Amino acid sequence: MAIIPKWAFILVGIVLLVLAPIGQGNYVALILCSWLMYTIAAMGLNLTLGYAGQISLAQGSFMAIGAYITALLTLSGVHWLVAMPLAVLGCFIVGLLVGFPALRVKGHFLAFVTLAFNTLVVLVLRNEDWLTGGSYGKSNMPRPDFWLFNTGTKSTFLSIPLSSNQKMYYLCLAVFIVFALLMYGLIRSPWGRAFKGLRENPIRAESLGLDTRRLTLLAFAIGSAAGGLAGALVSPVVQYIEPNSFALQHSLRILLMVVVGGSGFFFGPMLGAAVVILLPEFLRFTEGYYLIIYSGLVIVLMVYSPSGLMGVGSRIVAAVRPKRVARTDMKEGAQL
Amino acid sequence: MSDTVLSVRNISKSFGGIRAVNDVSFEVGKGEVLGLIGPNGSGKSTLFNCVLGQLRPDQGEVHVNGKPVAGMRACDLNRLGVGRTFQQLSVFPEMTVLDNIILAGQEHKGTMWSRLFGSADAGLSGEADRLIEFFRLRHLRQEKAGSLSYGQQKLLDAAMAFMAGPDLVLLDEPAGGVNLTMLGNLKERLQTYNRDHGTTFVVIEHNMEFVMSLCTRVIVLAEGSIIAEGSPEEVRSNQQVIDAYLGG
Ligand SMILES: Nc1ncnc2c1ncn2[C@@H]1O[C@H](COP(=O)(O)OP(=O)(O)OP(=O)(O)O)[C@@H](O)[C@H]1O
Ligand SMILES: [Mg+2]
Repeated sequence: MAIIPKWAFILVGIVLLVLAPIGQGNYVALILCSWLMYTIAAMGLNLTLGYAGQISLAQGSFMAIGAYITALLTLSGVHWLVAMPLAVLGCFIVGLLVGFPALRVKGHFLAFVTLAFNTLVVLVLRNEDWLTGGSYGKSNMPRPDFWLFNTGTKSTFLSIPLSSNQKMYYLCLAVFIVFALLMYGLIRSPWGRAFKGLRENPIRAESLGLDTRRLTLLAFAIGSAAGGLAGALVSPVVQYIEPNSFALQHSLRILLMVVVGGSGFFFGPMLGAAVVILLPEFLRFTEGYYLIIYSGLVIVLMVYSPSGLMGVGSRIVAAVRPKRVARTDMKEGAQL
Repeated sequence: MSDTVLSVRNISKSFGGIRAVNDVSFEVGKGEVLGLIGPNGSGKSTLFNCVLGQLRPDQGEVHVNGKPVAGMRACDLNRLGVGRTFQQLSVFPEMTVLDNIILAGQEHKGTMWSRLFGSADAGLSGEADRLIEFFRLRHLRQEKAGSLSYGQQKLLDAAMAFMAGPDLVLLDEPAGGVNLTMLGNLKERLQTYNRDHGTTFVVIEHNMEFVMSLCTRVIVLAEGSIIAEGSPEEVRSNQQVIDAYLGG
């Protein structure tokens, strides 16, 4: 592995991502968009859950908040480039507030608190018709049009014909790459180390001067802001949103992406979102059985590799290049 | 006394009906190495946790360098220059030894924003390596802390308390599970810190040889109260201490 540098893998990956929709129809472009958007949301949850160890079942509701803010603003004529950062900021602030219960409750109880929040958001979206359009939701959001990304119409680029959906995919890809770079910088920075410290041993972390309260709130706020960014893409991609598209089951799907991919691994959510979104498409030929096969695969994976697909990968690497793993004979953690 | 680093006054703490710490007062001067001994369950760890903000004492006051710290959060206390270890092993098992050590120092380096936008190691790699060398963990630098042996983790645990260059360090049973050579090594490390940096120590330990050869003063706790205080020799020959703890 060391012979081929990491950046070469990433470069090849980006080239593949750029080529992916070419020559494919509208449907494929939309599925790929959906994969990238969910990856962004799942990477946010991966920060909150995988790195900082705070469970959240509300990531879908942050996609909702981001999508509705973007929809309302762009429908009233605000440019997407302005609406998007506002959606991210809005979710950052709401995420910060949702983080407060996490200062008091942990684990299962925190899961329930966030679950309740998700339900609350869906109810508000459904009941406040005057703002959100109620059960009918919002539709016909304009697609962004700036610089290379005139996503509203079809055109040709280097004599390759590109549909509106394909161009939307390239916008998603651009946003995703910038977002992934920022996320990578965050994880590598001392902040990333502090988040891991919060996950692994909050009491020791606090005694080493880390403000665990602030870290917990930030973990929620940043993770939620990523959900908002995903929502800001959902709005112009799908061009139709309604409360049910962000109900609890979608938060659970995002959680599934994080867990299946490998929680706490940087590329885990990309893989997890691919499995959760693309695998059902591949299994379509099995018709009615696809859900059964799909659930079966997830159960088998979780039994044999609780650290997800990335965990399987690192086990294979470890078999080739032996590495020390954390031992199980010592229970860690500070108990007073 | 102007060079009092830690002053504990009338600390009491009960758990339900158990009075774990009962009206304990003592002072620690700069550069002192104070031993805290006593039978199991005599309230030593509870006293530490009351002093360090992990537990809220029922009554009493704690001053660090003359500053009242009652009710202060553990992280703020640490920023005042107080380091500690816990009785239970307390490392970050999924992180490398190096990351454990850097994490132990990074909050004392730069600002929140410089830690976000600055270098990944917060400029601490060099210092961390010196500490790793000092505690003879060099060969384990890139290993996950959780894969180390108990004694190695215990050394790492102790090393982390030093990363921020504290004035005062409270160690809860640092010698437990550490082999004799390592123990001598650990004692030497503490003495070096004490001599070169003037670091003040309070050490809880059951290993009498370790305590007697390291500490300048010893306090004996039994059932939550101080029953004796003095030089290692005085304490060793105190009849009450022999009855309650050392045995005849
Ligand atoms: N969180 C707690 N809840 C209830 N009781 C506690 C708690 N912590 C300590 N105690 C009780 O307080 C008393 C003192 O405990 P502490 O841990 O301070 O003893 P210690 O002197 O450190 O003992 P050891 O030498 O075994 O470490 C014990 O009786 C213990 O059962
Ligand atoms: Mg104890």
